[in-house]
Amino acid sequence: MTPSPMDPRPSSKKDRIDALASTAGTGTAVADVHVSAAGKVKDTGGVSLIASAWARLRRDPVFLLGAVITILFVVLALLSPWIAPNDPTKRMPELLKDLTPGNIPGAAPGFPLGSDEFGRDLLSRLIGGARQTLIVGVFATLFGLAGGITLGTLAGAFGGWIDSLVMRIVDVMLSIPSLLLAVSIAALAPEPSQWTVIIAIATVQVPIFARLLRGSMLAQRASDHVLAARALGVTQGAIVFRHMLPNSLGPVIVQSTLVLATSILDAAALSFLGLGNPDDRQPEWGAMLGTATRYIQDYPHLAFYPAACIIVVALGFTLMGESLREALDPKSRR
Amino acid sequence: MTFKRKATPLAVLTVAALALTACAQSDRDDSGSDTGSAAGTSTFTFGAAGAPKVMDPFYATDGETFRVTRQMFEGLVGIKAGTAEIEPELAESWEPDASGTNWTFNLKTGVKFHDGEPFNAEAVCKNFERMFDQNKDGQVAAEYWAGTFGAFKDKAATSLYKGCEAKDEKTVVLSVNRPTSGFPTFLSLDALSMQSPKAMETGKANEVKAQGEGFIYPEYSKAGVGTGPYKLEKYDEANKTVTLVRNDDYWGEKAKNAKVVFKIVPDETTRRQELEAKSINGYDLPNPADWKGLESAGNKVEIRPAFNVFYLGLNPIKNPKLADVKIRKAIYQALNREELVKTQLPEGAKVATQMMPDTVSGYNKSLEAVKYDPAAAKAAIAAAGGLTLEFAYPSEVTRPYMPNPQKLHQAMAADLEAAGITVKVTTKPWNGGYLDGVDANAFDAFLLGWTGDYDSAHNFIGTFFGSLDANNFGLTKHSFGATLAGDLAKADAIVDEAQRTAAYEKINQQIQEEYLPALAISHSPPALVVGEGVEGVVASPLTAEEFSGVTVGGK
Amino acid sequence: MLRFIVRRLVQMVGVMVVLSLLLFLWLRALPGGTVSAILGERATPASRAAMEEAFGLDQPVHIQYFKFVGRVLQGDFGPSTSVLPGTDALDIFLQRFPATIELSFFAMVIAIALGIPLGYFAARRRATFFDNASVIVSLVGVAVPVFFLGFLLKYIFAIKLGWLPVSGRQDGQLEATRVTGFFVLDGLLTREFDASWDALKHLVLPSITLASVPFAVIFRITRAAVLEVLDEDYIRTAESKGLTAKVIRGRHILRNAMLPVTTTIGLQLGALLAGAVLTERVFSWGGLGEALALSFERRDYPVLQVVILAAAMIYVIVNLLVDIMYAVIDPRVRTR
Repeated sequence: MTPSPMDPRPSSKKDRIDALASTAGTGTAVADVHVSAAGKVKDTGGVSLIASAWARLRRDPVFLLGAVITILFVVLALLSPWIAPNDPTKRMPELLKDLTPGNIPGAAPGFPLGSDEFGRDLLSRLIGGARQTLIVGVFATLFGLAGGITLGTLAGAFGGWIDSLVMRIVDVMLSIPSLLLAVSIAALAPEPSQWTVIIAIATVQVPIFARLLRGSMLAQRASDHVLAARALGVTQGAIVFRHMLPNSLGPVIVQSTLVLATSILDAAALSFLGLGNPDDRQPEWGAMLGTATRYIQDYPHLAFYPAACIIVVALGFTLMGESLREALDPKSRR
Repeated sequence: MTFKRKATPLAVLTVAALALTACAQSDRDDSGSDTGSAAGTSTFTFGAAGAPKVMDPFYATDGETFRVTRQMFEGLVGIKAGTAEIEPELAESWEPDASGTNWTFNLKTGVKFHDGEPFNAEAVCKNFERMFDQNKDGQVAAEYWAGTFGAFKDKAATSLYKGCEAKDEKTVVLSVNRPTSGFPTFLSLDALSMQSPKAMETGKANEVKAQGEGFIYPEYSKAGVGTGPYKLEKYDEANKTVTLVRNDDYWGEKAKNAKVVFKIVPDETTRRQELEAKSINGYDLPNPADWKGLESAGNKVEIRPAFNVFYLGLNPIKNPKLADVKIRKAIYQALNREELVKTQLPEGAKVATQMMPDTVSGYNKSLEAVKYDPAAAKAAIAAAGGLTLEFAYPSEVTRPYMPNPQKLHQAMAADLEAAGITVKVTTKPWNGGYLDGVDANAFDAFLLGWTGDYDSAHNFIGTFFGSLDANNFGLTKHSFGATLAGDLAKADAIVDEAQRTAAYEKINQQIQEEYLPALAISHSPPALVVGEGVEGVVASPLTAEEFSGVTVGGK
Repeated sequence: MLRFIVRRLVQMVGVMVVLSLLLFLWLRALPGGTVSAILGERATPASRAAMEEAFGLDQPVHIQYFKFVGRVLQGDFGPSTSVLPGTDALDIFLQRFPATIELSFFAMVIAIALGIPLGYFAARRRATFFDNASVIVSLVGVAVPVFFLGFLLKYIFAIKLGWLPVSGRQDGQLEATRVTGFFVLDGLLTREFDASWDALKHLVLPSITLASVPFAVIFRITRAAVLEVLDEDYIRTAESKGLTAKVIRGRHILRNAMLPVTTTIGLQLGALLAGAVLTERVFSWGGLGEALALSFERRDYPVLQVVILAAAMIYVIVNLLVDIMYAVIDPRVRTR
């Protein structure tokens, strides 16, 4: 769903991806650095794209806001077991005694946000949820990336009929609107779990990453440093993995940042549609929000807190990704 | 610039619209000035969760359909409002002969179908002949006939139905092949309502056809003709509303509201919001968590007497250890059902003492609930050398007896683990593997339940344990399996009501104290909610509410 | 050009065939399905078997698939099993399509009306507070879960304030004549203006909800496109020629920046069909998105197949149209 509203010059979804990919191809300064690593020649001339990008980012309030949110979120996720006052998976006797289907206890001593709908400490679940949410985001992104890298590298590195075949597969996947694809995969999973949710979200990202990588690697194939390496007799594998792949990663990193946000939102959407992880023992914000919509009329806070967390974190990732993209795009360098 | 370019399609659109205007006539009659705002009009609007399937109740199987058809159709036998007991409806009285197989029904006179056709003995027989004589696909579609009478005309020998004879205008004799406890009680089922023979003939009511994965229903199914207080006005599929209009020729007390509108709102929270915004007057099965909020907002939550049972099924075919009654008893003792009922089930829910609710005749009042005894459970499990249980629950579903399967499962699994049982959690989508899995003996333990169709013990324990081969509890692995199934069949055939009831009470006792093929957990009352000023909705344990006596009240 | 279009159409047919096969095999491989959905708790092995036989589910999968394809080629996807049981799945699609188009149209109008001007002004005031603030606001639109936004709007405007209806497309008690299936248009055509007005009121909240994502996209693209155009030599030329700001804005900046924006709008329309799943579910809007969500929930395979295949087809066709339009507008594209 949330298509990345990202590209300065979009036409079709495919072209949008390709346009992003081209930002890597034109990053010749980055390429020089790596050629030097292979060719044992130290390159010093000029300001590299990364350096100039960093110089811009440091002064960009949008990026800084995104970065601060992201760092706070990651720290919270890592430290959550030590921060959370109670075990988020446990039904607390203090809360259970007032819990009936018609009454979800509110704030009580030791439970500043009160209970969730099952007698567990809401605050601890929100804190613990950071970790699970991060896991969903990171794994969905990693799986999407892994699939995309495999397909994209195959296509971009070899060209020819492999390229055609892989790109046909990618086009079939791109021909289904993304939320529809995620929903289909999640809905048709024989045994729904956290992993089916992650896989559903990741699958949607595979064709995007694949096309992105292929685009930038095609640009690399014709570039001078690859030609030079080839002339020096570097093997095909080494060229692909040491020269082409690393140089194509810029746009991939940008996309990954954005996908982290999308994944968290998609997980929430799947939960709302009843297709999320049915096992809610481990808290996850998306699932918490999805479940809480059933209680939204009388207990809006149950939905409001996880929603706020999701919005802030998704915003953080998106702000960061957006600024990164703009900074890395040579066209917008001034 | 950009304006000019956009202007062209706009102009085209306008011209097209004007051209269309010529052929688009409003269907409104000018006299009908009662359109528009809801103020002062007597319309009762009810929020439904799903679309009705057909307007011919004979092929209907789900509550969403029956809720609509119930307002338009009546059966020979009716249900007393607010109870599960039967009462006369289109038949004024009925009497069996000594064998219990020939039943004489005295019909009400002066009753007409919505199309003006008279309701009489001949019409009754035509109805039964029509239901009996189904083509191959119709036999699959007509689930309720199959579930009550068993077979159809092409296998007449195995069917419960024998024949129908019109003695005179107002006397009809229905014959069955053997006596059974369900007959004539199950004639109160909505599916077996009386419909206009003439309309069924012209609408080719029996021409059901299976195509692809669904049924294609005949023309008649879109516009059923009954005798009830309301008749169908329109089913606006685009706007997801069904409108019924008062039958002014109704034989009994005329409906209080001119119209009943069913507005289909699949999302439960949205139904609640619709009620609060006063755009509907009521809806079915409010989330128990909402009951308090609804009442404090001035609505009335009508709690129906529970007519269901929620149970933990145990399958000894999958896990041979479960063939041991001591293990099953230990599992029962390990469950803290009091707390479960208090924290997870709606107000008015009860811990079950047997596999059927107390509203059904045959319920054994003397039975007591098995006590929560974790220590005894732990000892028994340890003595049996431990137990690993694959315990499944369904996802993507809520049922009246099981408002939140995952939470119920989680609480029960925690109890079992506390008793030293190793629980392996499995979940499958309700329609996507769970029900199939239960039927295919795929789980050691599973959560399921049953809502009764009519007042009959056979409809509960007969459904569960009546067949030795086709059941979910691995009865073939139990020493008592054949005895239990046999006893149930015998009890069902007892003609005398008192004797029959006593037989069922005894079976219930045996099930709870000796057999324990499944563990009855609880009975939950489903509710329905109506807005402020709505009067006359009588909550029915069978969810068989009739809306003809409902008044909406002024604003 | 023609060859290009033909090639794309052939490709589309290929995609559809592969997709239908995959979908079909997947659905058949799953446990449960139609029979469980229809029978529920009362399923017995006997009733299951009878129903499987009636539906031909007892036959080998490849035969089922060929039968399915045979029926589909005749435009028959089979009747719906639970979304609107008994009604032909294709009819359900045709009936609900206008609802989704109507909603998408109004969402798009909102997204454009807000996105383009905001994007333009943000670009003109690049790196100012206004720019940064609008970038963040637009991204908040993407970061809020769509269904939560829907609930929030409903809670405020329909429940607390009571200004707008909660859900649905039209008041059920209103007697409205149906002509095209677009309720607002129908009311105008039949001069039932109250019906139009009522339908419009029902449209407000869902279209705002659905507009949140395309608004952000259009905003960002307008901003980026305007930024790029601002850098071009001809703008500097125009400025140095002394043209008025109004002429520069209209004739030079907006006109050139609109090219990518127009194509984006086309594409977003395709994506909206999918985004409608959540919005329609929240507002009980009787469109394709709701049909799809319900068909998953209730395992209504005929409806599910129609909607997914149709959505994919619409998406591909819109993509194709956009590409063709692009080629027509921009001669550079034609050369590839």
